[in-house]
Amino acid sequence: MSLAFDLSRTPSFFRDETFRGDFTFENSPESIRRFPFPFDRDQYMYAVNIEQHMPGPPKSATAFPIDIDEHYVAEMADRAKVLAEDPLRCQSLPHMITAEWDLLELLMTSMARDYPQWFSLHRDGDRWHWVNRPLGIDQRFTFGDAATLPYGPMEYVTRQCQGDFCLLDQRDDNLWLDAGIVTSQADWSLDFDLGMNFIEWHGPVPRAHDMGIFERALKFLLNLQIGRPIRRLNWTMTINPRLDTSPENYHRWGIDRTTVTPENVGDKVHLRVELQALWRLPRSNAIVFSIRCYLIKMRELVTVPKWGRRFHRVLRDLPADLADYKGLTNYRATTLEWLAPYDDGAPTSPGFFPD
Amino acid sequence: MSEITSRPIWGKLDPADQASAHLVCAEGHGIEAVVAAFAGRDGLLSRATVVHVAPVGAARPAGLGGAAYHRHPSRATALTAFRAHLARAKMGTQVHLAGSEAFLDEASAVAVACGIVGDGLTTELSGPATRRVQCVHCKGMMDEVAVTPFACSHCGINLTVRDHYSRRLGAFMGVCADAEAPGVLPAASRF
Repeated sequence: MSLAFDLSRTPSFFRDETFRGDFTFENSPESIRRFPFPFDRDQYMYAVNIEQHMPGPPKSATAFPIDIDEHYVAEMADRAKVLAEDPLRCQSLPHMITAEWDLLELLMTSMARDYPQWFSLHRDGDRWHWVNRPLGIDQRFTFGDAATLPYGPMEYVTRQCQGDFCLLDQRDDNLWLDAGIVTSQADWSLDFDLGMNFIEWHGPVPRAHDMGIFERALKFLLNLQIGRPIRRLNWTMTINPRLDTSPENYHRWGIDRTTVTPENVGDKVHLRVELQALWRLPRSNAIVFSIRCYLIKMRELVTVPKWGRRFHRVLRDLPADLADYKGLTNYRATTLEWLAPYDDGAPTSPGFFPD
Repeated sequence: MSEITSRPIWGKLDPADQASAHLVCAEGHGIEAVVAAFAGRDGLLSRATVVHVAPVGAARPAGLGGAAYHRHPSRATALTAFRAHLARAKMGTQVHLAGSEAFLDEASAVAVACGIVGDGLTTELSGPATRRVQCVHCKGMMDEVAVTPFACSHCGINLTVRDHYSRRLGAFMGVCADAEAPGVLPAASRF
């Protein structure tokens, strides 16, 4: 297998950019228009905001089950760096191997079907041939035989697919976080949470337990059906376009939150949206939980007038405990001052999409 | 005590009559909870194995009847023996743990890793409410943490103990306390 992150040889659609160091990440105008803006009204509160993972409008982030965008090649390079520094970001308990193959099948078939210009998959019984043109990979392997791949099946395929992935085992009327690859997370640790059940790994989230959110969501997920995936959006904010905001590295990136000034809000402060999707898997009866991270700079966000107005109102009215949990407290006021000129008080239309 | 959902709830030792055997691991004065739980139940003690962390030369505690009693000089040596007894345990064996919070954290992680679940495990806290904490940055484990914040004994980073507990690791998460204001630490508080 050749694994060349040589950007000069990749189709020009993919951006040459970084999510660390000099932080050259940015969104093209097309990418801004398709950003999965998470607020359908001018305020935010928890809800079990689950919907069927049905195809969204063409070119939107939900047009296909697995979204590959202009950041793909750079994100995969960032993931490889994280894994080189900390192998514990990818772990799988021994009973999850069948679910790993299920995941490989789901991702490869989706990517090859929806992006034939970049990926192809040929299957002859259990002899599979996978081609990933943007990353320069050409791999023949035997489905079900991990020795024929350079990594375990989950790690192999998710080193080639945007988003963090968790595999949830179902037993005892609960879901257990028993495998995953997590390199672009909003401050949670796979190594710490591995083996926890659904209620346990959500332990640190304020308010939602009392609201009964997790009990209801769990009940819903236990009945997830094959072929009927679901999705929801979650959000937080991140200083600098850093994918790896892990607790493991918090002592390195936490200080970024103190570097926001009125002059640099537009470039430094990012809305971070997670498109979370869940699929039931056919062989293992496990569930895939994918967490796909989208970043947008404040100066990019306000190019959509409705989003600028709305986000100003959401951030202004966010309850203090939620702001604390999301880690916004240090730079919330500065960001609000920067956003205020983009909110003329005009009413906003219902729904997520730009006017 | 926090109300977090990932936190184990320590209960009372509760040996079941129908268990085929009982495997006990206790630290220090935790043995008194064991003696109390098995009082008047000589039949159960006759098929019990007791692993006890106690000083070299200490006498066998009274009230353990016909139980097989094994004394070990440290938590590490006791847990090595406990793991070996677990590996040989037969179906239907019930496991009982008694001791400090940090001991229960570590010993229950050993039991869970061997597949002991549900009614198969009973626990009782006796002794200080110190915690076992893992530094999320260097992954170092620390026993008997009594205050937060504290400096990681492995990498030196100042840690606050987050209200988040892993049964697999048997530890709370320690996270950098002053990342956003180096050197500025909240007032120390005891658990």
